[in-house]
Parts: sequence; structure tokens; C-alpha cells
Amino acid sequence: MATETTGGTEAAGMPQLEFSTFPNQIFWLVIALIAIYFILSRIAMPRIAAVLAERQGTITNDLTAAEELKLKAVEAEEAYNKALADARTEAQQIVAEAKAEIQAELDVEIQKADAEIAAKTAESEKAIAAIRESAAESVKEVAKDTAKELVAVLGGKADARTVTAAVNARMKG
Amino acid sequence: MADEAKGGIEIHPMDQFIVEPLFGDGAINWYTPTNVTLWLFFAVVAVTLLMVVGTRGRAIVPSRSQSVGEMAYGFVYKMVEDVTGKEGLKYFPYIFTLFLYILLANFLGLIPGSFTTTSHIAVTAVLAGAVFITVTVLGFVKNGAGFLSLFWVSSAPLVLRPILAIIELISYFVRPVSHSIRLAGNVMAGHAVLKVFAGFAASLGVFSFIPIFGIVAIYALEVLVSAIQAYVFTILTCVYLKDALHPHH
Repeated sequence: MATETTGGTEAAGMPQLEFSTFPNQIFWLVIALIAIYFILSRIAMPRIAAVLAERQGTITNDLTAAEELKLKAVEAEEAYNKALADARTEAQQIVAEAKAEIQAELDVEIQKADAEIAAKTAESEKAIAAIRESAAESVKEVAKDTAKELVAVLGGKADARTVTAAVNARMKG
Repeated sequence: MADEAKGGIEIHPMDQFIVEPLFGDGAINWYTPTNVTLWLFFAVVAVTLLMVVGTRGRAIVPSRSQSVGEMAYGFVYKMVEDVTGKEGLKYFPYIFTLFLYILLANFLGLIPGSFTTTSHIAVTAVLAGAVFITVTVLGFVKNGAGFLSLFWVSSAPLVLRPILAIIELISYFVRPVSHSIRLAGNVMAGHAVLKVFAGFAASLGVFSFIPIFGIVAIYALEVLVSAIQAYVFTILTCVYLKDALHPHH
């Protein structure tokens, strides 16, 4: 350290081998070691051990809590999925029901309409048939009358029965 | 004038290790407060700052200083557990004391102008000797004569076993020597080299930047060595303790 001047006389050997200083060093070392030992074993080590144990406990607790929360989350997800599936099936059911109802109503309406149409058609056909018949009668009348007139003009004597028969024969032909 | 020229390159790399009284210039008795006392006291203060003041928050989420203290605790705790097993944890406080003292004394020694207590063989010999005696006594207390099976390599051929026993015995008694000299030697050598480079820097004038770069590099290395030597000392202590607890190969 400081005193360089005295170094010349002593520095020949190693200060480490200056045996006269050994008792001094050993005495103070033992005191220092005992002091360190008591500081460590009485204060520092119990404190650190407690802190480490507490930390370990906290970590373990937190991990368990996290595990529980995770389970809860999985459960919640399952419930959600189930609710979703239920809602979907219900919706499908409602749709199917509505469809069936509409179909039934539609069928009834169609049937009704068909029946109405059929009735109207039958009526119309009857009317047409009547018109056709009356038309044919009128044609016969006109044809008879015309034939009678023609026969009369031509100077013949019209026999009503023959004329009718002739007209009927023609009309059929 | 010749003396002046010589003075330019005269370097006293070992002067930093001289033990001297804090007050006055008298003889060094065993109770004299010396620079050793001062720097040992600083080591105790450093331990207190790190492990007591630093952890005073007792926070679940640690502050920076608490984190460092916890890391040191966890590091040594795991080392003791891994090397010696569960039953070695009883001795964890002693091993932790050794580790923290060596680590912080090494780091304190790196402060320029400081005194490095762990560079003295007297200090490291006490540490290593304490470990050696404790471990040996513990080995006999725990295992009785069975502790001697540490020297009797039962997996070797019978003819070789006496020879191996002698080698094992020698290596066992060399342990405290290597254990203490490894630490003191590493620390002392590093600090001496720093001083030598500093002496070069003082004498080279303009070119002093070269040794200064050297000092920076070696200082970084010394920081590493400080931590590694504390680790090595501690893990060897654990290994010796393991031998005492389970002497069978």
C-alpha cells in the first residue's frame, strides 16, 4: 500500500510468508467468519428461504387458479356451442313447420281454385253446346225456308216433308 | 543519478500484500487491528449489504439487489444439493459463509489500493484447514471406521488395492494444501501482475498506454478469476463433504 520506503528492507520475501503476521490474520479472519456466519444464518438465510417459499406458494396458487379458470372457459365454450346448436335445430324446426303450414294452405287454395275452374269450364261448355244446338236449328229453319222459296219460285209445289228430309240429309252430309 | 534511473523501473509488486498496523508503527500482535482487520470488516459489511440490506424488501417480485442475494443463495444451495445430496443441506450455512466471504473478499481486493485478504496463505489455509478437519471428523462420526473405505478402492483388483490406498491417502492429505494454495496463488498472482503492469505504465511515459491496456485486460480476467476461485473453493468443499457423507466409491 502506502509506505514504499520501508519496502526495500522487507520486500525480499513474500509478505505471505511473514509468519509473524499469521496469528493476527487468523484471529481476525475467524472473527469475520463467525460474524458472517451469524449474519447469514440468523438474518439473511431465514429471510431468503421464507421469501422463496412464499414466492413458490404464490406461483403454485396462481397456476392452480389459472388452471381452474381455463376449465371454466372450456365449460363456457361448450355451453355456448350447445346453445348455438340448440338454437339452430329450433330454427330449422320452425322453418320446417312454417313450410309445411304454407304448403297445406297452398294445397287447399289450389284445390279450391281447381274446383272453381272445373265448374266454370263445365258451365261454359254447356252454354257453348246450347249455342251450337240453337245455331244448328236456325240453319235448318233457314235452309227449309230457303228451299221452299226456291222450289216455289221454280214453279214446283213444295212438299214440306220432303223438303225437311232433304235439308236434314244435306245437313248431315 | 544512477539510483534515479533504477528507480524508474523499480517495481514492488508484493508491497500490496504487506500486513501493517492500522494505527502507529508498532509490532503486530495477534490482536493488533491491521489492514487485514479493516478489509475483513469491509467483507462483513459487503455480506451484510448484499444479503441483509439488499433483501430487506422481502418482496415476492424481488428488487435488483434482492434478486442478486437470492441468486447467490440459490446458486450455492443448488450446488450443495447436487453434489452432496439432501443430507448435505445441513451444512449449507457453513458453505454459504465460505462462498460469500471468498467471493466478496476477492471482489473487494480488486478495488485499487485495497488489501486482498484472500491473497494470504494464512487466510486460505485457515479456510481449507477448517474444511479438511470438519470433513474428516464428520466422516468418522457419520461412518465410523467405514470412512476408511474411502481409501480402499473396492472396484480395483485386490493386488492393486494397497498401492491405491497409499495414493488415495496421500491425495487426501494433499487436499487442504492444494485447496488453500489454489485460491491464494490465483489471487496473489493476478494482483502482482497488475502491479507489474502498473509499474511499466509509470516508467514508459508516452507509451504507457500499452501496459494500461494490459491492465484493463488483466483486470477483467481477475474479475473472472475472483468469481471462479470462489466457485472452485466452494464446489471442492462440497465434494469433500460428499466424500465424508458417502465414503464408498
